[in-house]
Amino acid sequence: MVSRAVWLFRRLEGLFAVYKPPGVHWKLVRDSVETNLLKGINSASPREPRQQVMFLPESTDGSGGSTELTLTATRLPVLANHPLVTGPQFQKLRVGVGHRLDVFSSGVLVLGVGQGNKMLADLYNSKTRDYTVEGEFGLATEDFSDTGRLIERTTYDHITQDDVDRVLAMIQGANQKALIMYSNVDLCSQQAYELAVKGSLYPQGKSPPILTGLRCLHFKPPHFTLEMQCVNETQRFLRRVVHEVGLELRSTAVCTGVRRTRDGPFTLQAALTHKHWTLPEITAAVRKSCLAWRTPREPQPQNPGPDGMKRKEPAVPD
Amino acid sequence: MALAQFRLLLSRTDGLCRSGTVSRYSELAGRGEGPAPGAAVVSSALTDLPLPGSLPCLVDLDRAPPLSPFEEISEEEAVQIVALPPLPPVSTALRDYVNQSETLRMLVHLGVFNVGSMDLLQARGLGSMLLRMGLQDLQERLLFLRDLGLQEPQLGPLLTRNPFILTETLETCGPEEVGSMVCRAPYLLNFSVQRMDNRLGFYQTLLGLSPQKTRDIVTRLPRLLCGSLEPVKENLKVCELELGFRPNEIQHVVTRIPKLLTANKKRLRETFDYVHNKMAVPHALIVKFPQVLNASLLRIRERHLFLQYLGKAQYDPAQPGYVPLDRLVSLPDPEFCSELATASLQDFELFQKTL
Repeated sequence: MVSRAVWLFRRLEGLFAVYKPPGVHWKLVRDSVETNLLKGINSASPREPRQQVMFLPESTDGSGGSTELTLTATRLPVLANHPLVTGPQFQKLRVGVGHRLDVFSSGVLVLGVGQGNKMLADLYNSKTRDYTVEGEFGLATEDFSDTGRLIERTTYDHITQDDVDRVLAMIQGANQKALIMYSNVDLCSQQAYELAVKGSLYPQGKSPPILTGLRCLHFKPPHFTLEMQCVNETQRFLRRVVHEVGLELRSTAVCTGVRRTRDGPFTLQAALTHKHWTLPEITAAVRKSCLAWRTPREPQPQNPGPDGMKRKEPAVPD
Repeated sequence: MALAQFRLLLSRTDGLCRSGTVSRYSELAGRGEGPAPGAAVVSSALTDLPLPGSLPCLVDLDRAPPLSPFEEISEEEAVQIVALPPLPPVSTALRDYVNQSETLRMLVHLGVFNVGSMDLLQARGLGSMLLRMGLQDLQERLLFLRDLGLQEPQLGPLLTRNPFILTETLETCGPEEVGSMVCRAPYLLNFSVQRMDNRLGFYQTLLGLSPQKTRDIVTRLPRLLCGSLEPVKENLKVCELELGFRPNEIQHVVTRIPKLLTANKKRLRETFDYVHNKMAVPHALIVKFPQVLNASLLRIRERHLFLQYLGKAQYDPAQPGYVPLDRLVSLPDPEFCSELATASLQDFELFQKTL
């Protein structure tokens, strides 16, 4: 018979997504989630106190007016096991963080609990992520973001939507080429053709950050919004892309916001905002993600390619 | 500790006399300093430990003269000897002694958290002090705290935060004001009268407050009397030089929100920067609603951006659609959505995911 706290603790195994607000370090997010979970688990009914048999002497009135001392066995709770003496039952919880988000960016951040941490590496190696990146023309800063030290100001009146699309297409072309190179397939083979048609090419092993999709969502000078789909990226890389777009357009641009809208199978809808980082809601999210994680895998048995390469499953569209 | 004198001090801050109040300080400051911390201390305390035999039902039997080891004992007496496993002579945690020591048991029942934890023991011979202390002493001190106006459920948390209060010698009582202060800043009574005098004088001169207001601040945030004065000075400088408040404005803000004096400088600066520069709230309005400086930046930013998105971010009281700053930061989410934003909670959550 396990206590309710232990039962709650064992149910927490898997992955879930939270929405990281901008301006907060991911470590703080992870720590507050851990604290909330531990608080929830420890506030459930505590374990039964261990009982100890003690022989307590008792005086009873015997026959003839004399008092007799007898020892009676009684069960007393052991005080050394009291929660106030030992501290809370659960003091640590394994909470792991998936692909990081730096302080200034926001969006879906995947966390793993318990055995879910093993799945995090899998998620990191085989999935693409979606970002919405906001930029502003006319400025250039040291760290490509709008808070950095200003380096120069430029004009942006000459830029049109067509120019932007042209430059984005060019960048995407270069990235596509890099993707084929790093995905280690022979370009002349049928397999490469099939993978490319499906859009499921994926870099094998180590690779630099690669954009697998890039388009302009919104253009209203000086502000513009890009949607990117990428692999092995950092948020700094995405800001640099914005900077390069600005340079290609004979102007400069800074990035005003990076927001991750999807991480592998986790979308914005599944992400929990900071009001909802409580034990019941996280448990529900973990269970939901477990179900979603299992179902698309079973119909697709992985068949290794002719040269021993494993085919990766396609990225789940948003 | 010298409570009576402390009380006297509170009433005498008007005159700012710093020297006259330390008459009996030296004899009162004699603390129950334990020997060096560590496990060895516990072993030395074992001799004074209330023995396991002294369970409540056996108290009357203790009156018999001590037995010599060679004396024959009767069957009845043999029955009374309780053979418990021997106490560990050296231990790094109090949990080994909890079951046997009446004092420790009483503390646990009072709700003193983590009696058995390591850090308590390592702090200045506390472990041996607790073990040595008789039930009588403990009860005396608890009754004293009760007399200060502390309720029973408050005693546990207080002793958890400052177990050293049990080492102090007892003086006579104080008013209920002192009671609430002691409850919120448990280290208060450990400090010398001179030290407190210094602090009260500091607040009075530096902030230029009246004695009544100084007392008011100190009763609302007794932590001010315990901590170092350096961060407080720094905070005042930050308010004056970086945030650009005038001295009388600082006075006003501090009397409303004393916590500002112990707040984190970086956080204060960031919050002010956002409220003043991004939300375009003038100094006068911040002084009117100093709670804003106390609120979390994340919360202010989310709510401001939401109101801005809805076109309702209007903080000027002279214009229609005025949103008071104190309500902006203090209302819980559902009320904020229904009263200030007139939107549904789901909309607010969806908006949070677009930030």
